[in-house]
Amino acid sequence: MSWIKARRRHPAAGYAVVLLGLVVIGLGYAAIAGSGSAAYAAPRGGPSALDIAKGRALFSDTCSSCHGLNAQGTSAGPSLVGVGAAAVDFQVSTGRMPGKDFDAEMPRKPVIFTLTQIHQIADYIASLGGGPAIPSAAQVSPVGADVALGQQLFITDCAQCHNFSGAGGALTYGKSAPSLDRSTPTQMYEAMQTGPEAMPVFSDTTITPAQKRDIIAYVTAVRAEPNPGGFSLGRVGPVTEGLVAFLGGIAILVFAAMWLTMRRRQV
Amino acid sequence: MSETNGSHWDLPPDGAEQAEPRGPYRVIGTPPPAQARTLLGDADSTAEVVVRELPAGPDDPRKAKGAERIVVALFTISLLASIAFIVAYVALPLHSLDGVFRSNLALGLSMAIAFGAVAMGAAIWVKVIMPHVELVEARKPLASTADARAAFAKTFTEGAEASGFAKRPMLRRTLIAASAGLALAPLVVLRDMGPLPGTSLRHTVWRKGMRLIVYGPNTPLRPADFAVPGQMITVVPDGYQDNLDVLAKATTIIIKFAPGQLVPNTPQRYGTQMNWTVDNIVAYSKICTHVGCPVALYEETTHNILCPCHQSTFDATRGAAVIFGPAARPLPQLPLGTDAQGYLIATHDYYEPVGPSFWERG
Repeated sequence: MSWIKARRRHPAAGYAVVLLGLVVIGLGYAAIAGSGSAAYAAPRGGPSALDIAKGRALFSDTCSSCHGLNAQGTSAGPSLVGVGAAAVDFQVSTGRMPGKDFDAEMPRKPVIFTLTQIHQIADYIASLGGGPAIPSAAQVSPVGADVALGQQLFITDCAQCHNFSGAGGALTYGKSAPSLDRSTPTQMYEAMQTGPEAMPVFSDTTITPAQKRDIIAYVTAVRAEPNPGGFSLGRVGPVTEGLVAFLGGIAILVFAAMWLTMRRRQV
Repeated sequence: MSETNGSHWDLPPDGAEQAEPRGPYRVIGTPPPAQARTLLGDADSTAEVVVRELPAGPDDPRKAKGAERIVVALFTISLLASIAFIVAYVALPLHSLDGVFRSNLALGLSMAIAFGAVAMGAAIWVKVIMPHVELVEARKPLASTADARAAFAKTFTEGAEASGFAKRPMLRRTLIAASAGLALAPLVVLRDMGPLPGTSLRHTVWRKGMRLIVYGPNTPLRPADFAVPGQMITVVPDGYQDNLDVLAKATTIIIKFAPGQLVPNTPQRYGTQMNWTVDNIVAYSKICTHVGCPVALYEETTHNILCPCHQSTFDATRGAAVIFGPAARPLPQLPLGTDAQGYLIATHDYYEPVGPSFWERG
């Protein structure tokens, strides 16, 4: 401690303390924020009995401890009978399943299965009956869709949670609506159909398949918008901008004030 | 340095003699020496005012030489940045988004450097090149002399009499009336900012038989189209989908529940009006009862409706009762039914005013 004692009155000591504080805050935020990776799931042809058997084996190994040996559900996880292949594909291709931490929600994380394995599990769950199928590439393609109607639907029924540009936002009790930046068109379509976690269901009879494509077209079109410059800060609006201006601006002002009022050392 | 000047009350521990030009030591937050406290000079003061010599040169001439070069460089940089600003403003094209981006970047950066370099140069100039000494400036009394005051009073009285302001009451009174008129005109304009709202805050356009249509595609809904529990959608009154003034109050969300999830209203406990629902489909106003934000962050798992503005949270199973946040009232529930073709309709307007509370709401 004598090392610190000897230097704490050094003119640079104040800067060092402020800098250290900023670094600690920055690293702490980075540790909390975390990250994951994207996966793209493409649909394919009809399932065979072999696929279903393989899917069942994968299910028994990795899913059944929570969802039950016959997908009937346990106290740790819901029944998957009737949820359909689309729900399985969404949950597993975004890495949300198999779940790791039983927290407020299952976050997007690296995918542990191959595309084929995901489809085999989905085929097994679909074979138990009911539920929406994995949409085809044509069903989810934003090409030729009505972006304007998609925007109207998105800002009416999606933007409250996912933000106007799909950047996501907070919900109650630690839950959050995820950013749509890394969602594939297939995943968006499946999410609307199945309503994963806290998200409501937007069934085909309420938001038709064509309108779902319009919404997907809007989200992907927003993503392709040119950046008008500056730091985007997640494009979530004034909250982050204010926070950065507040923390960054205050830090700069503190440094400036310290420099201006600093006394030269007594020689 | 002597005790008589009264400005040194905390001498540096050592080297007091050569610390002379640095001025008196003061601890931040303590009152200044008594002499410096007298802002208004005291004419009768016998206090000795010590006039301190301002040193001609800087504290450390060698350092000042280096600092001078830095300041000159900073001022030159500022000038160059200002020239760069002008060049960027004239030269950079704005015809594309990329062009705007480059122009904004160049203008902002050059202006920041131009201002910042001058500020930094000035600060270094003051800190290093200027000598450091605290000076006490003696001030004369602020009050004018008795003679001057008497002369002013005399002039004022003479002027007032010559103008006739006191002698001609009609002139005086009409001038005052004219001033009052000038103040009155803007008041009348303020008064006329629009008609009073009357009873319009208490009603929306919903009425018996009006269909609920999905906002956007503007399609009506049958209960069978909205059959999956956990569904939620924004609906508006049929025929008013393009009237934003109407939608500001009438916009509604409908939510589908599984059988048994809705908690019925009873005299003992606030809940959902079950006879206003159709097949466990319930309709609530989308306008938050706090300050009127669109409230539609519906969580299928908890059945909470969250308002994004101030986190008011409503329980959709119990008549949208407030469970958290600043909202004071539940979201009003819209009575639902079906028409002859089986489409969802309203059976009445909202029975209570939608949106934020207002003074006469009761």
